[in-house]
Amino acid sequence: MTTQLQDVLRGGQAWSRRLLRHQRLRLRDVEGRACVSALFYNAHDPLERYNMPDTLKAQFTAFLTTGRVLYSDMGRVLCSIVADDCGWHDTISGIGGADTARARFGEGSYQALRNDFHRNGRDNLLVELGKHGLGKRDVVSNVNFFVRVAVDDAGALAWIPANSRAGNSVELRFEMDTLVVLSNTPHPLDPGKRYHPPPVEITISDGPAAPADDRCRLSRPENGRGFALTEAYAAERTGRSP
Amino acid sequence: MKESTLDPRAATVDVTLPAGQGWTHELGPGEMFRIVDLEGNQAVDTLFFNSRDVHERYSATETIRAQGNIYLSTGTRLMSSEGRPLLTIVADTCGRHDTLGGACSAESNQVRYALDKKYMHNCRDSFLLALARYGHGMGKRDLPNNINFFMNVPVTPAGELTFADGVSGPGRYVEMRAEADVLVLISNCPQLNNPCNAYNPTPVRLLVWRKG
Repeated sequence: MTTQLQDVLRGGQAWSRRLLRHQRLRLRDVEGRACVSALFYNAHDPLERYNMPDTLKAQFTAFLTTGRVLYSDMGRVLCSIVADDCGWHDTISGIGGADTARARFGEGSYQALRNDFHRNGRDNLLVELGKHGLGKRDVVSNVNFFVRVAVDDAGALAWIPANSRAGNSVELRFEMDTLVVLSNTPHPLDPGKRYHPPPVEITISDGPAAPADDRCRLSRPENGRGFALTEAYAAERTGRSP
Repeated sequence: MKESTLDPRAATVDVTLPAGQGWTHELGPGEMFRIVDLEGNQAVDTLFFNSRDVHERYSATETIRAQGNIYLSTGTRLMSSEGRPLLTIVADTCGRHDTLGGACSAESNQVRYALDKKYMHNCRDSFLLALARYGHGMGKRDLPNNINFFMNVPVTPAGELTFADGVSGPGRYVEMRAEADVLVLISNCPQLNNPCNAYNPTPVRLLVWRKG
């Protein structure tokens, strides 16, 4: 596989890029305890976007890991999780805003801290979405890579410490051309009092399409149908038969 | 479980919404809004917006984080994308409502059930038609993930999402107080592929009372 990009997402940083079908995106938590909040849109029609409920319902799961896929609201697979040594990525607990960050870490203004100021997830996503003509109406329930929020039998939430350890990584294979928007900012349920989002390495590489015996395709009969719809859409876009 | 003392005869709105229909309505601050599950285990897919600025809308993740729990019931503040309460649930004789399961669509029905299910009526179609009729430029960008009143979608400690038997029944209701100017958007779910409503979508009753 040819590497297209290697980059480091500094603590507090936002990022966006269009990933092409079959490209891979690897995120590596360099120090441990990272939280990378993510949103995904069809790069050619951002009205089509990541849909948390459809992702969970199709796979009878409340979290993401290897073998699972991220669905759009149009029944298609935006990307598949092809490798993951962390084991649990959250998609039910959302992102924090300026109020959450101020309550936990103090003011942390740009005027006082210059570029170490306390950036927050929601503002970061709005800035990055703004670069693509998107905004508040496009913020939907997101993915929080490297985060685990457990739910007990009574429905209560609990942020789980040490879910991601130094060196853990997760790799996505894109099944559609996708606009990816990331924010490397503290999870709103992480009880840490010091503002220190750790750096996250980003690697983008080219790779092959999902084979017929692909783990993500076969992990649920629903995913087989999701891949069929996605492949039909790719054929529609290129004018070639699937 | 908490019952309401409001008398339906004093309601200013009292309508029956058949399954498969959409509905919009604007509430003022302090108005009370009740949804009655007339025949039991009917999913009422619901979204709320700040009607003065519809870019501020119901957020499932803000709501579950604000109360530290994924199930909605009496006392739940239904939070906006800006972290403000839009409504508060003040009475509930069902006991648990879902906000992770989202709405059905033609496309998700293809994934979940079979590729040939695309023709079937679904909540997103009802949402889109109701928003098109409501106007003000609202549409598909205004469909974040919703509440499913009367649905029971448990998450296990191991992280499985399950679709359990309903906990609702005929005549059970949920009642909430508007904390702001609120636009209500409902799709009374027409899903025929899911045993949660015994494959029989049924009507609901919607009531509004003036500020007390």
